[in-house]
Order: sequence, then structure tokens, then C-alpha cells
Amino acid sequence: MSVHKPSPHDSAPFHVAGSARYVDDIPLPANALHLAFGLSPIARGTVRFDLSRVRETPGVVLALSAAETGPIDVAPAAHDEPLLAETTADGARVHYMGQPLFVVAATSHLAARKAARQAEMETAPDTPILTIDEALAADSRFEDGPVTWTKGDADAALSTAPHRLQGSIEIGGQEHFYLEGQAALAIPGEGGDMVVHSSSQHPTEIQHKVADALGVPMHAVRVEVRRMGGGFGGKESQGNALAVACAMVAARTGRPVKMRYDRDDDMTITGKRHDVRIGYDVGYDAEGRLHGIVFDQFVRCGWSQDLSLAVADRAMLHADNAYHLKDVRIVSHRLKTNTQSATAFRGFGGPQGVVGIERVMDEIAHRLGRDPLDVRRVNFYAAGHDADTSGKMPSQASGKIHVGAEDVTPGTDADVTSRGALREVAEPAGPVSTPPDGVQTTPYHMPVRDFILHEMVEALEKTSDYRARRAAVDAWNEAHPHVKKGIALTPVKFGISFTLTHLNQAGALVHVYQDGSVHMNHGGTEMGQGLHQKVAAVAADRFGLPLSAIRITATDTGKVPNTSATAASSGADLNGMAVKAACDEIAGRMAAFLAEQHQADPASVRFEEGRVHVGSESYAFTEAVQLAYQGRVSLSATGYYRTPGIEWDRLRGRGTPFYYFSHGAAVTEVVLDSRTGENRILRTDILHDCGKSLNPALDIGQIEGGYVQGAGWLTTEELVWDDKGRLTTHAPSTYKIPACSDRPEVFNVALWDDENRADTIYRSKAVGEPPLMLGISAFLALSHAASAYGASYPALDAPATAERLFFACRHATGA
Amino acid sequence: MKVRFLLNGDPVEADTAPTTTLLDWLRESRGLTGTKEGCNEGDCGACSVMLTDEDGARALNACILFMGQLDGHAVRTVEGLAAPDGTPHPVQQAMVDHHGSQCGFCTPGFVVTMATAHLNGATDHDDQLAGNLCRCTGYAPIIRAAKAAESLPIPDHMRDAPLPASSCAKYSGGPGAEPPAPSYADTPADWGGRDPLAGTGADDRGDATRTHAAYRPASTDELASLYLDHPDATLVAGATDVGLWVTKGLRDLGTAIFLNGVTDLQRIEESDGALRIGAGVTLTRLREVIAPRHPSFAEMLRRFGSTQVRNAGTIGGNIANGSPIGDGPPALIALGATLHLRRGNERREMPLEDFFIDYGKQDRQQGEFVEAVSIPDQPDRLSCQKLSKRFDQDISAVCGCFNVTTEGGTVTAARIAFGGMAGTPKRARQTEAALIGQPLTPEGVAAAQAALEQDFTPLSDMRASARYRLEVAKGMLLRLATADEPSVLEVRA
Repeated sequence: MSVHKPSPHDSAPFHVAGSARYVDDIPLPANALHLAFGLSPIARGTVRFDLSRVRETPGVVLALSAAETGPIDVAPAAHDEPLLAETTADGARVHYMGQPLFVVAATSHLAARKAARQAEMETAPDTPILTIDEALAADSRFEDGPVTWTKGDADAALSTAPHRLQGSIEIGGQEHFYLEGQAALAIPGEGGDMVVHSSSQHPTEIQHKVADALGVPMHAVRVEVRRMGGGFGGKESQGNALAVACAMVAARTGRPVKMRYDRDDDMTITGKRHDVRIGYDVGYDAEGRLHGIVFDQFVRCGWSQDLSLAVADRAMLHADNAYHLKDVRIVSHRLKTNTQSATAFRGFGGPQGVVGIERVMDEIAHRLGRDPLDVRRVNFYAAGHDADTSGKMPSQASGKIHVGAEDVTPGTDADVTSRGALREVAEPAGPVSTPPDGVQTTPYHMPVRDFILHEMVEALEKTSDYRARRAAVDAWNEAHPHVKKGIALTPVKFGISFTLTHLNQAGALVHVYQDGSVHMNHGGTEMGQGLHQKVAAVAADRFGLPLSAIRITATDTGKVPNTSATAASSGADLNGMAVKAACDEIAGRMAAFLAEQHQADPASVRFEEGRVHVGSESYAFTEAVQLAYQGRVSLSATGYYRTPGIEWDRLRGRGTPFYYFSHGAAVTEVVLDSRTGENRILRTDILHDCGKSLNPALDIGQIEGGYVQGAGWLTTEELVWDDKGRLTTHAPSTYKIPACSDRPEVFNVALWDDENRADTIYRSKAVGEPPLMLGISAFLALSHAASAYGASYPALDAPATAERLFFACRHATGA
Repeated sequence: MKVRFLLNGDPVEADTAPTTTLLDWLRESRGLTGTKEGCNEGDCGACSVMLTDEDGARALNACILFMGQLDGHAVRTVEGLAAPDGTPHPVQQAMVDHHGSQCGFCTPGFVVTMATAHLNGATDHDDQLAGNLCRCTGYAPIIRAAKAAESLPIPDHMRDAPLPASSCAKYSGGPGAEPPAPSYADTPADWGGRDPLAGTGADDRGDATRTHAAYRPASTDELASLYLDHPDATLVAGATDVGLWVTKGLRDLGTAIFLNGVTDLQRIEESDGALRIGAGVTLTRLREVIAPRHPSFAEMLRRFGSTQVRNAGTIGGNIANGSPIGDGPPALIALGATLHLRRGNERREMPLEDFFIDYGKQDRQQGEFVEAVSIPDQPDRLSCQKLSKRFDQDISAVCGCFNVTTEGGTVTAARIAFGGMAGTPKRARQTEAALIGQPLTPEGVAAAQAALEQDFTPLSDMRASARYRLEVAKGMLLRLATADEPSVLEVRA
């Protein structure tokens, strides 16, 4: 069997040889042009600019502002992101520092970059709204007001709780720092056709936005994505501008056009993880058990809506993490600021929500003088025993779809494949049935039936030697006045499915050629996660072939249409099932044909180890394929899959938005020096749930990488804006993602090898996003170390830089 | 400007603007797209290449390596790691076997750095790879791969022979002599092999980059004369700073003088009770030579930039650029170093701290350059503390260097200098005074901690707030007084 095996990434031999091709590596046709944007020097106001000097710069072919192009929208859904700043009588109206004002086309990348700095500008700045407080003061928001979801009666529970605490935590954003910056290449064809190579997680959206900008049907645009050099959510919507700009200039000039952002431009222009402030009001008892909780989530969304509403929803959806919140109210403020438009980033708001409740667990434990693990345990959801999560198939989406502020009929320019296309009220969830006794529900009224963290945490507690090490940490701290250790165990429970229900579908296209080789294509994109290898293993297994017989091919909107973004950890779940369906369709046709030849039962035909067994006969796969071909059997098929049993009413916060939950837990031990705030991760132990892993090596890679990325988010990765709205950390010289020596020196990762109770592809589970939240254990271990300096709770904010920790240590001493 | 060098074992000749970067030339003129651009400022390592010269092989960032620096060297890119028969290099195979690549974009840089370390027998993998960022893997599988490849044999083709010195074009005019034509063109008669560029018309990129005069003197005397004649020229040593003027500032450097052929500027001499370090000595070599004398300085240099940056950057450049946040000057000032300047045939020297006048202003005249810095011999008492958001490959928020003598537990002498606390690297004279006569205890340093506020009024920026800078400088003094407690880098699980 090819599934469940630790096969290396299919592209690994190309990666190490330097022959894996990314957009910027594609050889250019003659006469190609290169683009660069000229950027706004102010965060809010108007900018008048003169492009004469730009146009005179050697190598420049074209320079265009919105006045020349007319309005072109690159927003994923809300129609609020002009490609180039909107022209008004006062000049171009700008909403953040770094917003593209004009585009230059030149004969080289360098010439375009140089020319883009030559514009003469006159600015009329308005006072920008930059921070959460400024946005609240100005009531600058998306949607009409805060979104509130409730379950039970939080106020009553709070008023009768034996103990109560209130607090808040600031959680910084995060730059994706995909190693390959944003890039696109557009090649014009005949009759208005356009082929676009894009470093994008969402080729269908690129296709849609390019078609829209060019005024052509989607069938005239083909988008191809072989691979990305990292995505992490940063290429779900942020590649639109480059692809549209390239296609627009290619259409005007008839020349191939490429654009890639220089790193500083990339970090200055594109969105990042949302920074969030979470206020909490918590009632609890002497055991630490929650009696009512209210969360206020303040989400800084930036200047345009992008995917922010869905991100903020997911922060609410993960405000419980692994804990049963009986009486709860969650209030979400989606704030509009003159900063980069915050966007998708691995976890999609979930991590921020999880940090909120984990902070609460930590602070309750501190107040009670208990081990935080014990407080977490008493609040865990009850163990799930109900295997019935397969549920019913969702009803067909129907009726009207609301996108942004206006009603749009599908078939015009609404991008219904974007997670930003949120205001879907086509299918309000019916009354949520009361679950059977004993089954607990999430704050959004979804029964939790597959909770396995009791067993997992018990196992991890043992394998990591958590209790003894906690005692050893205490002993160390007794002996060292300045250098303290800390340790924390945190769990994660993460909901799997797109919360925009209709996105939970996927397609595949599989061809079997007459020589027995298999061409596999599906709607998912490869950004390093090994999706293609996982899905190829499925195809190989269905045909009983070795992996080498399956050809992995570039994602292509001409082969599989109407795809969802490769996002929400859904890639293998959705596309694996679609490929399985396509393979089974072809195998079924072959089986029917061969069975008829041999008067056998088609169901008895087996595809194993490169052979096809029919009754007492056995053919080499190639032989069987040739027979089928000569018998005029179609050897090409599409496959399709949609996730069953999910429904969701986001406005009321009720329903079953997730097909299942993925789980994990991590123990991190750290050391902290109060003299400087310097700190380091010493050891990490992780136990993570991938169901029955499709590929343990790739899954462990996601877990290790996700953990380090999550720990980086909460420690060294600090985004700093100045008081004018300039992002001052716009390059790796100033924005510090983890380096090699920042990984835990002792790093033990194990898989919880148990079948998914939901009927997923080979009973595996999604793995992309959940491990990022394991990094929260590093943050809370630092909080534990800081708390060793005194009696006060350190109330650490994120990211816990050396500076924050230095002052948190002082705070703990009561200073 | 014509340069000749070995590229993946084959001699090539390129005629480019001298400040075209090797990365752009590889990708755009040669179609060698395996070497990636991740940041274009030497901070991510995706563009790492191996360069071999007389001093051996080392990893460098191709994004801030100018073509003008390459003449006579050998360059090996990711495309040149596999054996001619296609057999992968041991580190390439190990990276596949240990799942060391995910998105793969950083991978070429990693394998080049790893192959260079493998060639040099270096097994301090965290330090070797500190300049290579990966966003996908969390590094664990990459280190597993590096360890797995450690003991495997070095493929023969990795041992590049640098071109003979005679093949290097030189400017060789004495003082006052007429400088040669801008694009010098002494070329070797015989390359002894095919020239893959023959007939291909490999050329400069078709953009607006103007070609200016570029020189590559071969001795300090030549440099002195040349710089006197061209006082507005830009001196290019390692290009770890000047490189960014070009790649990020998009500046035209004008006349450039490349220093890497000035071998006598790279000398290290022990004489007259001092260690004299030529301005052209790389930070890698400085770390080696300083380790036995002042291990704390060497430990700080371990964290200075990254392997690639230290392999390129020079101590002369680190001083001459006058940055208030360079890590070399505070340590050297604390050690009482003397700076040697030269203009034509005139030489002068000064205490290093006097060189730094104000932010962006140094005591250096037109046509004058840093020739060397010398460190007086002394018992080692130096403690260097580099504080940054990230341990490796990060610019210091505060760098504090303490050269403190105690007798019977009491401080009898102190030279203390800081980076990141003022517009220049600066001595903390009031702090020094407050420390002398005090016991080196938490209570004893209290007055010195208070005196820091007289010495410094630091600024807030993206690296740290003013308040933290001041408080953490005090914390460094406390650490000096509580040295029995380890640094977090010394603690294990």
C-alpha cells in the first residue's frame, strides 16, 4: 500500500538540486516586461503624483495609475480593494502606507523598481487610525457593530461564581515570511486568452479576478500553479494584485509580463495575521472549573475587508479550544484601521482565540496555586463516545447569495469561491437539535462527540515526564534568583472544514494512458505541505500501483474548475477524496469490462501490486489498460467530493460548522533570565492527532514546522508600526522569524495513531493548521518562568520578546 | 567590467556592471535559477553559494556579492553540487531522506551551506546554518540531515582550485601614477578549458545600470594612491553593508574600489605588545584569532551576523561605516584598541572611541581609509553581552562590553563601551568611574547602574524601547556581578 507510508516529498529531489521551478524561475518568452508598484508614502489621505520622471527612466515602457486603467478590483469578495489607489479630485485616495498608487512596466525587474521610486508626489495626509484603541474611539469597523454569540447565561453564572477574575491580553500579528515572495507571470494568447502562472493558494480566485479585470469570461483565463515557496495563508488572496496587474499590462501590450515583489515591498504591501486584544471576565470555582465566561475580541483588520470577517469568526469558534464553556458570551469587534489588510494565516483566527482561553486557564491556575494542567483537565470536554459524525449530506446550496454590502447574482463578478464571500444566508441552519444527554456542546451549539484529549494528554504527561520535570523546574527556580525555568502543557482542538459551507467541495481529473501511466490532477495547490504526494499515494493505492506510476501535475484551472483555496487544512481531506472518486470511477469501468470478459463479478476484481486480478485471471496493469482501451472503455474521469453533515449560521453562531476536530498537545520547557529578558526553549514534547496518518513523515514535518512557527509568532516575531503608520519591520533584518538554533534542542514528536471517527480519506485527519497552536505552550512556559520571580501574575502579552519578558519579570515581583 | 572565475568547475568570463550581483547574473544572464532570492539583503540565505579562493571554501550570500568581487575565484552553486554523473551530493541525499525540504525554496541555500560545511569538516550545524532561514520545517529535519551526512566522504568535484593569482586582473600604479582604464582588462592567456560563454553574448542586463569605473588594487599602497586620486569612490570590502545600498537603496555607487584583492590589508600581526588586525580581515578570521585571547569576544562574534555575513564582512568595514549598532567597536573600545588610518602615504592613529564623532560622522578625511586596528596585549577580563530579539543573525538592540579589573573583589579599573545606546559606539565613562572602588556585587554595581543614565539617552526603535535599552544595560551590569548564574545559552533541559 502506498498510503500510510513515510514517503519523502515528491519534489524533494528537485528541491535539493535547485531544479524545482517556481514562478520566477520560468524561462521568459522574448520581450517580457517586468512590473513594480509605486507605493503610498502616507497611511491616510490623498496623494497627487506625476509620473513624467517615471516614464523617462531608462527601460520603462509603461506607467499607469488608476486614472489610466479605470477602477480594477482585486479584493477577494468585498469589492473594496482597488488595484491602484482610487483617483479623486484631490488626488489618489490612500488607506495605508504602502498602498500601490501606480504600476510601472519596464524591461527588467531592477529597472521597474528604480523607476517606481521616481514619481514626484505631493501628499495631503489625514490623521490615520492605526491602533485598536484609535479604531474603537473612531468607531471604525466592518459590519454594523460587534458580533455576539451566546450559549447559556454568562452573566448569571459570573455573578454566582465562587471566584472571578478579569483581564486582557494583547496578541501581536505575524508576517507570513514565505521564503518565495509573491509572484505572477501572465502570457497573452490569441483571441483575448490569458495564461497566468501565479504563486497562489487559490488559482480559481486568480482566474476570476483576472477575467473580471480583463472583461472576459473565466473560460478565457487559465491559471497554473505548480508550487509555491511557502504560503501559510499569505497567498490565499494577496497574490490577486500581482496577477491582475500582469494580465492587465499583458493585455495592453501583447507582451508577457512578470511581477514579483521585492521582500521589503512584499512585507509593506501585503496583509499579515490579525493582531487581537482579548478581554476576559471569568467566574470559576476552587478547582478552577469555569462558571461563566465572557470574551471580548478586538480584531485589527486593516484597511479592507479581505477575509477578516471569516477570520474573526474562527477566532470566536476557537474561543473554547478544548474546554466546555457552559455559560458563555463571545463578542467580536472587527476594526478597520489604516494598516495593511490583515489576511489569512495558518489557523485563520483560531490561534488567537485559543491563546485567549489558554491565558485564562493559566491565570486561574496562578490564582489558585494549582498546576495549570489540573485546571485544564477539569474544564476539558467530556470524552466523546459517539462515532456517528458522518451525518447527513448537506442540502444543495440554493437561493440568494449576499456578498459584501450588495446582493449579487452568481454569474456576475461575485467570487463565491472566496472565504471573504461571507454573507451567505442561503441556508440558515434549522433549529439546532438538543444533543443527547451527556454530550456537551461548543459555544456555537455543536455537539462534541470525538474529543480524545483526555487520553492524549494522559499519554503525553507520561512520555514527557511532565510532573517530575515541573518539580525539577521548581527546584531549579529555588536555587537561581535570576535565571528561572518554566514548563507548560497546552492542548489544541481545532475544527476542520471551511466555515463557508459551500467551499467544502473538491474536484479531480485522472487520466490513465495506454502505457499504464497515470496523470493525476486536482484542485489543491502545493506550498510545501506535501499535498500532492499524499494524494498521489491515494491514487496509487486505488490502482494498486507504485507511487512512481502516478504523475503529479500542476494545479490548473483548465483541468479542474471552481476550486476552493487550498486552505483551512482541508487540502488532503477534500482533494484526496476527489482523486479517490476519479480513480474508482476508472477502476470501476475497467473492472466492469474485465469482469464481463471473464463472467466474473465486477466487485471481485482487485487492483494489487501492479496487477489486476479477474476471477482466476491476472493481468499486468498495463495489459489490463490496453485491453480496456481496445474494448473502448474511457480511461479518463473526473472525481468530485463534498463534505457531508455540516451546516452553519454564522450570524447566529449556531450549527455544525466542522466535520470533525483535530487534536494535539505539547509540553514546552524554557529558561528565562530576568537580568536581560533573554530566553530559550529547552525541550518540547508533542503528541498530535492526524487520525490514521496518510503519510507520517509529512505529518511530522507539518507538526515540527507548525510548532516552531507558532512559537515564533508568540516570542520573537514582532511587527512594529510607527506613529505615522509605517511598518518599520519590513525585512528579515528587523522581523525575526525563528532561526535554526531557536528550535527546541530536545524535540520529541509523536503521532496519536488512531483512526478518524469521521469517514475521511483513509481515516486520516487534517494537519496543516492545528500544530501551529502547539507553540502556545512555549508562550505559557515563559509566563510560568516569569511568574517564578514573584507573587503577581506576569500578565504577559504576545509576542513575548526579551523586552516584554524583562518587564513581565518585574511585574511579577510587584515592581 | 570583465571578470573571470570558475563557475561550477568551468571557467567563465562575464562582462557586467561591477555592482551587478552574482545572484542576478546567475538567474538572469545564465539561467541558473536554482539559487533563489529570498530577501535581497543577506538575511535569509536562500541565495547561498560556495566561493573558493586561496583561503579555502566558504558560503556567501550571492544577493549582496558583486560581480566585481569575484575575479579569480571559484563559485559553486546548487547546480554544481551533484557529481558530474548526476550522483547527488551526500547532503542533498540526506535532505531527501530526512525530509529536510517542504516548500523547497530555502533548500538550495541550505544544501549549499551544508555542502560547504561538509567540505570544511564543520559540524557546528546551528552556527553554520544560522544564516539560512526556513519557514516550513522548524529546522529539526535539516539538522538530522546535516548530522547524517557528516561522516560521508567529500565528493572530489567539490574541491575547487582557485584560479592562479596571475589570472587576476590588477591595477598596479604607484602613487601619482596614471590610473588604468576604468575597466581593467589584464586577462589570462590560456584558460585551459572550454569557455561556456563563448559566443553566447552573456552580458549586462538591459536596464539602466550605468557602468562606472571600478578598480581592484592588489596592495595597500596601490589602494592608498588610488583612493587619493578618487576620494569619492566607494570602497567595497565584504559588501554586507554596501550591498544593500545597491539592492535596497537602488543607489549608483559611482566609482568602486574593490578591496578583496588587497591581500596585505588582510594581515594579522603580533608585534609591539599588540595584535594588529588588518582592515580587510573577515569577521570569520577575527573570531578564530581572537578566541584564544578573548573568548567572550569570540562568542559574541559567533552570533555576529551569520556564517555567510562573517565570511564576507570585514572588521575594517564594521568600524568604518560608523554604525551605532555594530558589534565590533564596543568590544574593541573596551579592549583599548587603536585605530590606524591612512591617506596616501600619511598615517595616523587614535584611540578607536575617538573615531566616532557623532551619528553618521567619523574622524576620517577625504581619501583616508581604515588600514588596521590593534588590540593591546592584556590579561583577558572582557565580557561581551549582545542583546537582540533573536540570538543568531540579529542586530543588537544593546551590545555591552565590559573590561573590568578586580583586586580582592574590588573593581580597580574599568573600560566599558556600548553599542545601541547612543548615536555612536560609546564608552560609558561615568559608569566606569562609578564602578571603580566598588565590589563587583549586585549592591556594588548599583551606583554604576545609576550612572548609565548620565552616560546614555538611548532611542526607541523597532528593536527596543529607550526604557528597555537603559534598563537592560543595567541588567548587564547586574549580570557581571552575578556571573555565577549561567546565561540562558548555557542551560540545558
